[in-house]
Amino acid sequence: MTSAVGHHHGPATGITRWLFTTNHKDIGSMYLIFSLLMFFIGGSMALVIRMELVEPGLQVVQPEFFNQMTTMHGLIMVFGAVMPAFVGLANWMVPLMIGAPDMALPRLNNFSFWLLPFAFFMLLSTLVMDGGAPDFGWTFYAPLSTTYAPPSVTFFIFAIHLAGVSSILGAINVIVTIMNMRAPTMSYMKMPLFVWTWLITAFLLVAVMPVLAGTVTMMLTDIHFGTSFFDAGGGGDPVLFQHLFWFFGHPEVYIMILPAFGIISQIVPTFSRKPLFGYASMVYATSSIALLSFTVWAHHMFTVGIPLVGELFFMYATMLISVPTGVKVFNWVATMFRGSMTFETPMLFAIAFIVLFTIGGFSGLMLAISPADFQYHDTYFVVAHFHYVLVPGAVFSIMAAAYYWMPKWTGNMYDEYLGKCHFWCSFVGLNLTFFPMHFVGLAGMPRRIPDYSIQFADFNLVSSLGGFLFGFSQLIFVLVVVKCVKGGKKAEAVVWEGAEGLEWQVPSPAPYHTFETPPEVK
Amino acid sequence: MKNSHEHYYVPSQSAWPIVATFALFFMAFGGGLLINYGSPLLLTAGVGLMAYIFYGWFSKVVEESHDGLYSVQMDNSFRLGMAWFIFSEVMFFAAFFGALFYIRTLAMPWLNGEGDHAMTHELLWPNFIGEWPLLNTPAATSSVPSGLPDPFHLPLINTVLLMLSSVTLTIAHHALKDNDRVKTIRWMAITLVLGVAFLIVQGIEYYEAYAHLGLTLESGIYGSTFFMLTGFHGIHVTLGSIILLVILIRLLKGHFSPDKHFGFEASAWYWHFVDVVWLGLFIFVYIV
Repeated sequence: MTSAVGHHHGPATGITRWLFTTNHKDIGSMYLIFSLLMFFIGGSMALVIRMELVEPGLQVVQPEFFNQMTTMHGLIMVFGAVMPAFVGLANWMVPLMIGAPDMALPRLNNFSFWLLPFAFFMLLSTLVMDGGAPDFGWTFYAPLSTTYAPPSVTFFIFAIHLAGVSSILGAINVIVTIMNMRAPTMSYMKMPLFVWTWLITAFLLVAVMPVLAGTVTMMLTDIHFGTSFFDAGGGGDPVLFQHLFWFFGHPEVYIMILPAFGIISQIVPTFSRKPLFGYASMVYATSSIALLSFTVWAHHMFTVGIPLVGELFFMYATMLISVPTGVKVFNWVATMFRGSMTFETPMLFAIAFIVLFTIGGFSGLMLAISPADFQYHDTYFVVAHFHYVLVPGAVFSIMAAAYYWMPKWTGNMYDEYLGKCHFWCSFVGLNLTFFPMHFVGLAGMPRRIPDYSIQFADFNLVSSLGGFLFGFSQLIFVLVVVKCVKGGKKAEAVVWEGAEGLEWQVPSPAPYHTFETPPEVK
Repeated sequence: MKNSHEHYYVPSQSAWPIVATFALFFMAFGGGLLINYGSPLLLTAGVGLMAYIFYGWFSKVVEESHDGLYSVQMDNSFRLGMAWFIFSEVMFFAAFFGALFYIRTLAMPWLNGEGDHAMTHELLWPNFIGEWPLLNTPAATSSVPSGLPDPFHLPLINTVLLMLSSVTLTIAHHALKDNDRVKTIRWMAITLVLGVAFLIVQGIEYYEAYAHLGLTLESGIYGSTFFMLTGFHGIHVTLGSIILLVILIRLLKGHFSPDKHFGFEASAWYWHFVDVVWLGLFIFVYIV
């Protein structure tokens, strides 16, 4: 994918280049390709779900298999698609953006990547095991995931361990790179926002992935070694599982959105041809969101029976998060205000991100209201909410980043026409899929159930049609990538007219080795 | 700092990471096979391969360090990496401490009939009396311990052993800085002996718990938190002792200089971390 114009030494040839590589660009490319593959596998599972839900009644799959699909879809999209895509972008772009020769710990970087295919091979292998794959939802609440779990849960636990090791080591690498490898004159407050948001994301990863590891370890010992962490009969508490899981899980959702904020903060100024409005406030807002994320986890558990004081605390803390998030949205809009805007594909994805993520944010605010949540909990309203922040949020930002930096990676411009087709099909598809879910959710349709009451039929049909449109639209993206790698109009060093930053100072495609001596930063 | 940026060593291709991936995968998948199907083969292969990789990969790093490939900036990368790794370990233990505190301050009183979960008590286990340490579990199906380890017997000895080992390690560090190699090696060896002594005492304590007190992993939530917290700590002491042993061997080989010895310092950081965790255990698992 990168050509060898570095004066040092180019890439090795053959498969060993990818197996043994220590190059951040190679590893970044592998992360991105892996995440795209997982995106399609997880997406296919979503289409199985949507196929079953086309009409009421059971038609395509058995309920047991439906449960496995919802579970695996969630796990694969979160741990296999979104997170690795962001790590891939960090690998490619962070060293380029801070003027570093590579990631700080290049061999560890290779290790972090290669753990992932193995982890997901292991997770997917549960589909063919006796008793089937995990079927307890991606949140794997005990006792569903302990007492009532299929035998394959053991392999699920170890797969999570592998993915967790990968995440922790990858995050440590990002932190060390950013703290130690910046060009000498690049102070923290001169760092591009993508770098800032990734620094904070990596901190969150190092803080919460070990908690997840501890939690699945307790599951393992509860299942196989007779401990009672999540068993009230032994003095434990199944609700403890939820506390531990969401102490990981809520920072986790910010892990999946903070790098997106960074990407949008890079793209919007470029295509508005204005510097980012409120750089410092963006940094502080991101930090506040990260810190607050440790204090809101029980808003996922309002209906489980936590004390009233807990309901109140977690409700207000959650609402507080909308303040720094609002600052961000305000800043993006203010950046565009009176800018000389153009609407290339990355910008289209970025603007859609701002609008649709904000919708997801508002439905989140509704869910944060504890008494109202008693009505919304475990309905399709929740599904609509988190898909609005993850699909036009995380996924759209990843797509935006891919279009934005693809010319830098490949040296060729992507096909703008196909890119716009991809955008508009995705935009229409996802809104058709997820917007009706708000309505069926508010009307009481429960999530994770393969059948539904007849009055939800019309909206579900719309959702399913939208789902297939969105899913198959992603094939356009594959076409764009393949075409762009193979050829196309040559990209200049500064690909976009308004682009600023060190990554545009190196030629396109970026040489195999860059910034072996650090650049000057003004 | 500026000059150090000129020569950041980026290693060329390396086979260690991908082999390490296989090792860890064998361990993970092999762990599943052992637990579900009773087959220890893959796990054993994974552990063996992992040991080989630790040896090979770290030898390579030592070699590169000796060849002078590492700048001050590289040294700083290692420092930061180790520090954040230890932070991740802290968070791992935090999960188990968090579970312990949650059970003791919230879940057990609820089972006892207080607060929002009063119905659980009334409907399921009206005869349950919750008091910590929780020996009689609500369902009363698990093995009931006849007693608990006395904190001021073996655990106190262990506390003294670990605290002393931190002191001896620091003495060794100062000796290394003063370039007194004989003294360094002597105090390092003492540290290692103290660490191993801790492990032996911990083993005796486990044996007594299982054989005489009837306190096991299956003794409800008390046994769960007790053995998981002290057990994971014990695993970390074991790992820390192996690290100290490797550092001792390297000292005997003449590695490390008074001003450049991060391998030594990293092992010391890790050892002090394990020490601090023990203090938390001693207070919150044994005494309080």
